[in-house]
Amino acid sequence: MDLKEKLISSFWAFENHQDEDAYLHKIRTEAIKTFEDNGFPSKKEEAWKYTSLNSVLKNDFSVFPKQENAIEYNDVKKYFIHDIDTYKIVFIDGKYSSHLSQTTHDGMDICLMSSALSKPKYRILIENYFNKIAKNDSLTSLNTAFSSEGAYIHIPKNKMVAKPIQIIHFSTGNESAIMLQPRNLIVVDENSHLQIIERHQSLTDNPVLTNSVTELFVNKRAIVDYYKVQNDDSNASLIDNSYINQKQESICSVHTFSFGGKLTRNNLNFYQHGERINSILKGITIIGDKQHVDHNTLVHHTEPNCESHQDYKGVFGENSTGVFNGKIIVNKEAQKTNAFQSNKNILISDKATINTKPQLEIFADDVKCSHGCTIGQLDESALFYLRSRGIPEKEAKALLMYAFSNNVLSSVRIPEIKQRINKIIANKLGVDIGFDL
Amino acid sequence: MLKIKNLHASVEDKSILKGINLEIKPGEVHAIMGPNGSGKSTLASVIAGKEDYEVTDGEVSFEGEVINDMAAEERAHKGIFLSFQYPVEIPGVSVTNFMKTAINETRKAKGLEDMPAKDMLKLIREKAELLEIDRKFLSRSLNEGFSGGEKKRNEIFQMAMLEPKLAILDETDSGLDIDALRIVANGVNKLKSKNNAVLVITHYQRLLDYIVPDFVHVLYKGRIVKSGTKELAHELEEKGYDWIKEEVNA
Repeated sequence: MDLKEKLISSFWAFENHQDEDAYLHKIRTEAIKTFEDNGFPSKKEEAWKYTSLNSVLKNDFSVFPKQENAIEYNDVKKYFIHDIDTYKIVFIDGKYSSHLSQTTHDGMDICLMSSALSKPKYRILIENYFNKIAKNDSLTSLNTAFSSEGAYIHIPKNKMVAKPIQIIHFSTGNESAIMLQPRNLIVVDENSHLQIIERHQSLTDNPVLTNSVTELFVNKRAIVDYYKVQNDDSNASLIDNSYINQKQESICSVHTFSFGGKLTRNNLNFYQHGERINSILKGITIIGDKQHVDHNTLVHHTEPNCESHQDYKGVFGENSTGVFNGKIIVNKEAQKTNAFQSNKNILISDKATINTKPQLEIFADDVKCSHGCTIGQLDESALFYLRSRGIPEKEAKALLMYAFSNNVLSSVRIPEIKQRINKIIANKLGVDIGFDL
Repeated sequence: MLKIKNLHASVEDKSILKGINLEIKPGEVHAIMGPNGSGKSTLASVIAGKEDYEVTDGEVSFEGEVINDMAAEERAHKGIFLSFQYPVEIPGVSVTNFMKTAINETRKAKGLEDMPAKDMLKLIREKAELLEIDRKFLSRSLNEGFSGGEKKRNEIFQMAMLEPKLAILDETDSGLDIDALRIVANGVNKLKSKNNAVLVITHYQRLLDYIVPDFVHVLYKGRIVKSGTKELAHELEEKGYDWIKEEVNA
């Protein structure tokens, strides 16, 4: 039985265990139908031309973990941003870990999707927001069909959430191969401010496939900063489907730091509904070995006077491959749009590959849109300059790669994240130098 | 300190240095002058270890050790410093962070611990003052958007930080106004001692009014064709290089 068949038959087993709930039952069954009709995406589809899931899908993933697993905090502390106080929503093999988490219902809800889906008091929000902006492509639909657990966050209006929220998924390797499908719903109401850090971490080298869906609603004048730290084990793959709906005068930034994992696909979609919205999409990718990272972004401008800024940097070594496909749509009504996109890459090995493709569909006639992509090598004269000052070749290269990508960090507003990313980069590049002073 | 014997070097099969002989002792200041294209900058780069140049014959030794095959960073660790004619712009690396990395990597190579942050900042402040460098300047990206004068001053600042045994100044005077020239020359002179040496590479004589050489060599077509004292520099300033070319070509 291949993975698709296994998922479909597991779905019915799963669905029969859910409580009678006509509303959700309909959404789930429609979603599994979409997945059944379309299956996993293949390279024949334009959006998946450069990313093949085949090598990942051949694993015999278990779809539901057989047992609940526990982890000691001290064993996984290093994966947390632990030097500042944060809320934490932590999952182990897809199951909520109350032991590692710190949630709240005090004036806001920072809790679990499973509660939100089952408890009547959340029903209005679920009916208003759940599965409203997620696309009905096959992978998102697959997640929708199985959606039962993840983070549920609702911040009512005029709240400055002082502590960032960390959403962390651990996989223990107790299953020989596991597929996880977290589903997050985050609603930030008018004037509120929220910071989120998301991480997926496998604790062994058993294969993991995570097909995650996040719906984020950034309402009027709200500000949300979202940080995705992707530094997983070499047998862990991640498909991150994020859908962000922004209302007028809101600001939302997503920083994606991709250093680890076997295959990582980021489907990051921004939909603007309102005027004077700002959407910020930034990424640093530094990979080697046979790693593959694919950024597939969409920014849809529908109303006048909005902005979007995309800045993705990539450094590709050994046999790694990268993809950047950035789409900007500017509707006819969206006059005075400022949309910028930049994707710059360095190939440090002859065998590394990057495919980069900007896609602009502009229907308005009074807009500023720019895009640029570059692919290059490390600057030899800069390398000699650094070495002539006593900085060894490896460290000099690392410094140049870091310098190439670090402007992306300037918009990170949590210093501890900056430090952590600097540390991961130094580690990734195999050097022991502090990048910041 | 530096001994160059019959040095031949080429880049992409084009022979540029064709038998250089030169000896520099501690405490000495040497100047190498010559018309454009004579191989001056190549000589500087070969001594500093730029890999684009291939040494095809002869040898360069530093403090008794042949360094022909030594990596640029190792030469730096031994005390060779090149002030670049065209310092490279490196966006994203601040002057301070760059210096800190350079000093600590050099210390690491010598088996020393990192310099404590407090001492590092003190040293940076002290040397910046010597070169009349504003502190704000130190947090800017290395050479990015610097004026010609700022770049050269920054080179000598790095030299002051690293305290090399042999400093090679490649056309350090080019692009400097008279004030900047004085600051740079003053910096170099303050760093001079009986234990270190300076090799000044220049097209013009004016820097040599400030950094007074003990010996002047004329490089032409990849060879040192004439050596003398500082009076030779004056003569070249007055008469140009044509008489040298005629002498050589005769």
